[in-house]
Amino acid sequence: MFFFERGRSKPRLFSLMLLAVSTAFTPVSAGELTGFMSAESRLFPQEGLYPEQSDASISVASNIEYYRDWDDYRQRMVVEGFARADSADSERTHADIRELYWWRDLDQIELYLGARQVFWGVTETVHLVDVINQEDWVENIDGEDKLGQPMISLLTQQEWGTVEVFALLGFRERTFPGKNGRLRSPVPVDKDRTRYQSDREEDPIDVALRWSKVLGDWDIGISHFSGTARDPILRPVSVDNEVVSLAPYYPQIEQTGLDLQMTKGAWLWKLESISVKEKQADRNTALVGGFEYTFFGVAGSSADLGVLLEYQFDDRRGIRATANQNDLALGARWMLNDFQGTELLAALSVDLDQGTRFLSVEGSRRLNDYWSLEAELRMFSNMHGEGPLFSFRNDDYFQVELRRYF
Amino acid sequence: MFAILPNKTRAPLLALATMIATFGAAAEVSTDESSAERKGLEIAREADRRDTGFGDTSSRMEMVLRNRHGEETVRRMRSRTLEQKNDGDKTLIIFDNPRDVKGTAFLSFTHKKGPDDQWLYLPALKRVKRISSSNKAGPFMGSEFAFEDLSSQEVEKYTYKYLRDEGFDGRDHFVVERIPVDPKSGYSRQEVWFDKEEYRVWKIDFYDRKGELLKTLSASDYNQYLDQYWRAERLAMVNHQTGKSTDLRLKDWKFQNGFSEQDFNKNSLKRAR
Repeated sequence: MFFFERGRSKPRLFSLMLLAVSTAFTPVSAGELTGFMSAESRLFPQEGLYPEQSDASISVASNIEYYRDWDDYRQRMVVEGFARADSADSERTHADIRELYWWRDLDQIELYLGARQVFWGVTETVHLVDVINQEDWVENIDGEDKLGQPMISLLTQQEWGTVEVFALLGFRERTFPGKNGRLRSPVPVDKDRTRYQSDREEDPIDVALRWSKVLGDWDIGISHFSGTARDPILRPVSVDNEVVSLAPYYPQIEQTGLDLQMTKGAWLWKLESISVKEKQADRNTALVGGFEYTFFGVAGSSADLGVLLEYQFDDRRGIRATANQNDLALGARWMLNDFQGTELLAALSVDLDQGTRFLSVEGSRRLNDYWSLEAELRMFSNMHGEGPLFSFRNDDYFQVELRRYF
Repeated sequence: MFAILPNKTRAPLLALATMIATFGAAAEVSTDESSAERKGLEIAREADRRDTGFGDTSSRMEMVLRNRHGEETVRRMRSRTLEQKNDGDKTLIIFDNPRDVKGTAFLSFTHKKGPDDQWLYLPALKRVKRISSSNKAGPFMGSEFAFEDLSSQEVEKYTYKYLRDEGFDGRDHFVVERIPVDPKSGYSRQEVWFDKEEYRVWKIDFYDRKGELLKTLSASDYNQYLDQYWRAERLAMVNHQTGKSTDLRLKDWKFQNGFSEQDFNKNSLKRAR
């Protein structure tokens, strides 16, 4: 604005502006490029249910992040991009801007502008309250890979807690495997047939609010989300009485969430709960709660063994059913605390109604400062003719990933 | 924040120190148990008093881990500390190396009494996790330093007993035994060498729960900052039972960074780079 002012003050203001801009971009403060490249192989020992599905795949991926701080660390720019090329599934070959935002500290308030990743919650086996970002489902079915969400967000820290307000601009559709991919529904999801309950189709502005506070041993968060659900309802599309594809339908929801953790000695007690009201549908409740206990220095060694138990409840049924309606998850985390940072995480989920079981084992080991190796085993057993996991019954897999960080 | 952080002070405190030293000499003769405890506590308090008022610090840390075959691996991190008036310090550690943990950040609120509060930021998930602080005896980043060796050394965390005077490297030292109050500590006791002039820690022998000598810490390359506060640049920890060792180099000590409470919470932990 100052550029257009008339009068004697102009040259001085102009030079001040120049000074401010040049200070902003001179490397008086930090900035860095980091990331990794990886090669991954997935092996499916059982034949796919559908002839076009692959039994093995090789893929390469890269994640690159750059950040720069300036203005005496009161402003920051972050860019993070991810891309994967997959030999078997063209839908898994994809790229995403994970983050691209500008952050500014305005004394009492912090402003974020751009695409970000935001994580809410405390539990390990299901992430119920975590609602800001869409899942990058083709990356991994654990829901921990997420698509960048464009937003304007404000944060303030007060005596009475931290409050964050989000205006979520634009909607990201969930990624789904293609017809050659594994871990898919019996018929592929057709994203060309995506429908929204909102009239504004792909450009609704969703809003979210979160309050959180640490009170001694307690970490507490209460959140509310109003807008387009991140989890789509998959509606069958029939042609001549035959289901040919599934059409994602994203309803409008009001979702209130609570997350609690109490940390007492080696015990972590955790609870997440949501109440979801879908427009023109019933109100539903879901919760996950349990504990994690760690045995430090097992048998006089430097290794730690953590055991966790979480109970999952969800009263959504029918087309809205999740895989966690009445399930018990048991897990163990084995950390060797050696030079290589060797870690093993195993979790078994059992459906208490149907007896279906899902086993997941993840291991990682550092090879040196720059290289690391990760492995993952997922097994679906005792599957019955209903439930969202039924179509994965032949999709047990073993995955190895080699990463080079830079 | 580190085990090795006493400092120099001005004339009145020096006078007090001389008084304590004189009193100590008398106590030696009487070999009275309670006076040895009183003198041990006085030495710890004096060391603490001399390091009070530093405000905040930042430093770069480089740890060289060595196994018994002499194989080495390097850990690099940066540390920021904010002094608290009536409680233990707040500390933030940001990991730079190895690369697979780069960007991970650790926040700790130490308390004079009761367990510390600790959070970890995992950059791959953009997730902050509250973690258990009862892992005091566990290794920090696979090194020979336990979490409790690196956390804020509050006077209240031990009971003390003055043992003897001992000279080495041209300095006179008080040798003080300290016994951890917390039953979760990995040590039954420690012997600490404070130099008589500046109350800096030069050596600590750590005894395991069975009473056997476990580790020895040696500090060196002390520098003085703001005309008062002493910080060591080298801490060498040797594990006598496993033959492993860790050299910790603390570089680029900076005081008066202007850190505030807002730089040490869950929100700033997510932003720490």
